[in-house]
Amino acid sequence: MSKSNSDFSVVGKRIPKLDAAQKAMGRAEYIQDIKLPGMLYGRILYSKYAHANIVKIDTSKAVALSGVHAVLTGEDVPEKMKMGFIKDNPPIKKGKVCSFRDEVAAVAAISPEIAKKALDLIEIEYEEQIGIFDPEKAMEKDSPLVHGHLKSNVLKMPWDIHYGDVEKAEKESAFVVEDRFTTQWVTHCCLGTSGAIALFDANDNLTIHTNTQIPSLAQKDFLESLKAMGLENKRVRVIKPIIGGGFGSKLDTYAYEHIAILLAHKCRKPVKIAFDRVEEFKATSTRQPTIIYIKQGCDKNGKLTFRDMRMVLDNGAHTSWGATTPSVMLMPISSLYRVENVKYVAKCVYTNNTYSQAMRGYGNPQATFAIESSMDMLAEKAGIDRIEIRRINRNQSGDETPQGLKITTCGLEECIDAVEKELKFDGKNEKGVGTGIASLIHVGGGARIYGSDGCGAILKMDDYGKVDVFTGGTDMGQGLDNIIAQIVAEELGLLAEDINVVHSDTDICPWDVGAHASRSTFVAGNAALGAAKKVKQKIQKFASKLFDVPAEKIEFKDKLVFVPGDQEKSMPLGKLLRKAHFSPGGTMLMAEYFYDPDNQNMGKELKGNMSMTYSFGAHGAKVKVDEETGKVEVLEYVAAHDVGRAINPLLLEGQVYGGVVMGLGYALTEEVTVKDGEIMNANFRDYKLFTAKDAVKIKAPIIETDDKDGPFGAKGIGEPGCVPTAPAIANAIYDAVGVRIKDLPITPEKVLVALKKKND
Amino acid sequence: MATNISFILNGDEISYEVKDHWTLSHLLREEMGLIGTKEGCGNGECGACTVIVDKLAVNSCLYLAIEVEGKIVETIEGLASTSGALHPIQQSFVKNGGIQCGFCSPGMIMSSKALLDKNPDANHEEIKHALAGNICRCTGYVQILESVEAVKNMGGQNE
Repeated sequence: MSKSNSDFSVVGKRIPKLDAAQKAMGRAEYIQDIKLPGMLYGRILYSKYAHANIVKIDTSKAVALSGVHAVLTGEDVPEKMKMGFIKDNPPIKKGKVCSFRDEVAAVAAISPEIAKKALDLIEIEYEEQIGIFDPEKAMEKDSPLVHGHLKSNVLKMPWDIHYGDVEKAEKESAFVVEDRFTTQWVTHCCLGTSGAIALFDANDNLTIHTNTQIPSLAQKDFLESLKAMGLENKRVRVIKPIIGGGFGSKLDTYAYEHIAILLAHKCRKPVKIAFDRVEEFKATSTRQPTIIYIKQGCDKNGKLTFRDMRMVLDNGAHTSWGATTPSVMLMPISSLYRVENVKYVAKCVYTNNTYSQAMRGYGNPQATFAIESSMDMLAEKAGIDRIEIRRINRNQSGDETPQGLKITTCGLEECIDAVEKELKFDGKNEKGVGTGIASLIHVGGGARIYGSDGCGAILKMDDYGKVDVFTGGTDMGQGLDNIIAQIVAEELGLLAEDINVVHSDTDICPWDVGAHASRSTFVAGNAALGAAKKVKQKIQKFASKLFDVPAEKIEFKDKLVFVPGDQEKSMPLGKLLRKAHFSPGGTMLMAEYFYDPDNQNMGKELKGNMSMTYSFGAHGAKVKVDEETGKVEVLEYVAAHDVGRAINPLLLEGQVYGGVVMGLGYALTEEVTVKDGEIMNANFRDYKLFTAKDAVKIKAPIIETDDKDGPFGAKGIGEPGCVPTAPAIANAIYDAVGVRIKDLPITPEKVLVALKKKND
Repeated sequence: MATNISFILNGDEISYEVKDHWTLSHLLREEMGLIGTKEGCGNGECGACTVIVDKLAVNSCLYLAIEVEGKIVETIEGLASTSGALHPIQQSFVKNGGIQCGFCSPGMIMSSKALLDKNPDANHEEIKHALAGNICRCTGYVQILESVEAVKNMGGQNE
């Protein structure tokens, strides 16, 4: 029988974030705050052109400047030092630049001011080349090539998928809709900008303090860089400071980290590179922009018959994980609602634009925007209520989708119900006001996209009943520290404050694939739970001798180890640990556990159960459209999520609220504007984030489905909050004023143009 | 050029030789080691560097250090009591989930304090207005606004 929240002492409680007091006092140290003795300041010079040959670089004046310790150009970068998962991107470019973001030189100096001055003294002669900025044009046969040594701008990627028989299903459909949607470049806007400090010890082992969501994979990247530098068999220690926001931005290693390593090695001193805000906008990666063609149909009863999607993704000039987002887009395309026949073709195309990376949702927001906008269009064409068509086609427990996703727990129907309860969907709102709904599916139990989807945990009990947990997982503000503390405390009958979660250092924390795919609660949580169970067994074994009862009779609660019903057989945990430690043949109680979920890599056929479980949700929006100005105001918002179990509802709601507002920015205001490859709005005045003034009333109903594989039943919730926001808004705008905007963001200008077109 | 200035910082009298081009955030962070004041843009757009000068919330990244001559400056480091107890606004942010990554938090808390010191009964619109210059990417502002609402009747005063 599934447990209810009242069965738990710590799980399910609204425990404030464990490091919040430190942060509230201004004591948390971010990369910006760290200074090491003898530290130098590095800075990077970027290209002046989107596409050009480098004819000549003269660094002599910069080298001669007092206070400058090193100047690097592409010539100083070892041939094999390259970034990205297809290793197409050296940290400093040699001979040629392919985007404004391309690094052409770097310096290290005794102050940031001198480093900046040194960059101004570097003279570069370029020979400009024709750039290509439109991915669809870049696919044409006679297009200029971004990388001359390749035959085409189209990346070799496997996304050409056909499940079932789409052609046949289309012929048999009663209703079919077809359209084109586009999504824009947006960027993470972490409040704490990027930065790293690299230093070498006397034996050429590297320590790097860096903002990363992938400490273990970053360690591997840096080891490869050291190898390329001729430093074999060295150690790399990655230390994470407190991270000022992640959202996927830190899922790869970047030029600034590898350049800091090169500079630190050359100078034999610690070198720090910290981005300013302009650099953060221009030289970090965006969410992948897309052009989406969608066609889907249903039978006369509204049951989906097929879904056929084609996408063109602007890869930019180099390849980071953004190019692999189609693998996650495939999930909603094949599996949001029951649809048997699915086709999906995606092309990633090199252009001379900035390159994309992971960003919260990893392709899902783009795909869901098209799918859920199209669902409303199909419902209208078929004359079926928009809520009803979603109910008819909803995913259900026990389903296996065409992609092979095995749906275990599924609260989609309850989420749709929760949205319908809060908002009116009868079309009877006042003039200019409308409601919209959109659903989501996302991985909720890890996501196997790498050789291992695992995470390790080491658990150490002290002599006083306190616990240190060393996790591979990463907290970047989302609250993994609490989740792990609450899980371990629940298992050992302690309080969350008794648990110290260490997640900052590869020298002491075990391996983890990274804080991505909303996997940390599930995977890092299960790892910590596994270790807690192991240590619990050890304690039970010791106590069973002490109390002379079978181990399984021993329970843990309120910091006591006891045998229920026998008051004599009870001891504070701390006292018991001291007894274990200080008795003859003493022992310290520790445990390790590595949890690797039993999910599957997608094989060559691009099928497989990529996650142990899936998160579902439905969002509803009520908007008011000003028909004079085109401005959209969000009056009410409901974000209902099936989360398995809320380990901490306070933090969970924070994830949902934050996701929703990020999604609202995606829907309505945010866009990195790019003109011929150049970013034109690299500041917060022109890149329009929501502010407190725009804050929206959000309700976040939590649906608990108690997933059998999740720690205490929990699924992931990091990303889902921003996934269906844009289509919920677009659908509400259509309901309000009868115009369908297919290109994000939905600015007042676009709404006005559409209204004018409709009224003409 | 350097100038000697005197001002009150978190209750202490300070005399400091500052270069004329230094910003207040530079003085606090880089010279005095008060890292609680964060810098998120250096351009007066994000509010992470907010401190209070003579009861007004200002972006310390745009405020020249020499201009604090004779003024009273409050930073996040001065909010907790000498015994270490958090200020009620800090407590409320902690308790109500107003802090995730925490980078915006010191500025957000200082803007809230400047508001509540002046207007302990601020209504929801006034709170939103007072925090409009402080960007947060994590919370969607919901729990931040709840944090300020929850503490407003206790004013900006230490207990």
